[in-house]
Amino acid sequence: MEISRHWRLAKQRYALVGEVCPNCEHKIFPPRDICPDCGEEAQDLYQFSGRGEVYSYTQVQQAPTGFEEYAPYTVALIKLEEGPMLTAQLTDMGKRPVSIGMPVEMVTRKLRSDGERGMLIYGYKFRPAIAS
Amino acid sequence: MPEDKLLRPNRDVGIIGYGAYIPRYRLPASEVARIWKGENFKGPPGEKAVAGLDEDVITMSIEASRNALARAAIDPTEIRAVWVGSESHPYAVKPTSTVVAEAIGAVPNTLAADWQFACKAGTEAMQAAIGFVGSGMAEVALSVGMDKAQGRPGGALEYTAGAGGAAYLIGTADRSLVTIEASYSFTTDTPDFFRRANEKYPEHGERFTGEPAYFKHVTAAADEIMQSSGLKAEDFAFAVFHQPNAKFPTRVARSLGFIPEQLKPGLLVPMIGNTYAGSALVGLTAILDIARPDERILMVSYGSGAGSDSFIFKTTENLIHRRELAPATLEYISRRTEIDYATYARYRGKLVSK
Ligand SMILES: [Zn+2]
Repeated sequence: MEISRHWRLAKQRYALVGEVCPNCEHKIFPPRDICPDCGEEAQDLYQFSGRGEVYSYTQVQQAPTGFEEYAPYTVALIKLEEGPMLTAQLTDMGKRPVSIGMPVEMVTRKLRSDGERGMLIYGYKFRPAIAS
Repeated sequence: MPEDKLLRPNRDVGIIGYGAYIPRYRLPASEVARIWKGENFKGPPGEKAVAGLDEDVITMSIEASRNALARAAIDPTEIRAVWVGSESHPYAVKPTSTVVAEAIGAVPNTLAADWQFACKAGTEAMQAAIGFVGSGMAEVALSVGMDKAQGRPGGALEYTAGAGGAAYLIGTADRSLVTIEASYSFTTDTPDFFRRANEKYPEHGERFTGEPAYFKHVTAAADEIMQSSGLKAEDFAFAVFHQPNAKFPTRVARSLGFIPEQLKPGLLVPMIGNTYAGSALVGLTAILDIARPDERILMVSYGSGAGSDSFIFKTTENLIHRRELAPATLEYISRRTEIDYATYARYRGKLVSK
């Protein structure tokens, strides 16, 4: 992926910044500039809390190119507390098993590197919520 | 001009937010000993925190900074400097601080820079932040000390080279959780520990690291700040020092007149190892997690090369409820998954599959 594309995605990918619809307050992630609920134009930035729960998950044994060093890992469908659903890798599971409904929180982690000489790519993952 | 050598800002400043980060994996020192010394060798006590496969100084600094922001309860665009001190920045050229600034929402009206001075890179950034806010150039500056420490496989450093650190938001004293009463820096050219460019692991001068290096600098920095402030060990509720092991800070604390009770809350090295640029700073977070209002804390860092920064902090009423807004340092420490040496080797990237 070219450097310019990574750069444009940084805000949403590092910090879970999406959009909120000025008309119906629907929270949108990933940002798409149009409210999926009422069809209004929606470009106001919205900072998601990062809290959510595991809606569904799958174990990845054969990782795609660039992710081999992390296999095996779990990819989950996360339902954010503000509503949207997104796909993300789970991290810091330690020895605990994944379960549907498990409370998770967003962390910014290394997703992969573009080879030995290329850039490091960071983005959101989710881990079991730390009680606080 | 005053007679003493303390560093004095033009206006009073303090810590308006602080945050720790410690990764969840733990490698007991006995496991390192098992690999390199054999099954029957009784290794040193304690264990160290190890970063996961997807963690580095950038990701750990982001989390600690988010915790500091949560406690400060400020808009991140108020931050006018993001300064990260480390000896394990992921890029050789490309600042860690730019990624951190972007991730916490401090861009674009901010300075960003990476600091390096072995294990005192983080307190160096804190001194600079005190000056930056203290001069009136900025209202808020972020300083971070964070490391994913390197130790040569089988070498003495491998038993303790840990991962973690802390972030501090420095602002004006009126909005502080902790005020900064004094700071001081002491530096000489001392080649006790170093890593040449493009080398993977640092070299250290064995016996040379103690007396002429750690003890000389830490003692000088502590003596100057305590004498100039007219304070004795008993005037402090807590003291925290750079902690490459448990022995050094324990010995220097005793020689300065501190008792074990003052040292213990900030002495995290037996549980997380030496977090290099994060070492004294993460120890301070554990103290702030439990301190009461109006208590004094002495912090002295040490960086090989060599130098020490010393600080006198005083807690305020604000600390008590604000600290609840982010995870306590002991919560990170108790979130513990023990790993064996093979897993450690994989997490540290010591295994290469192609
Ligand atoms: Zn809408």
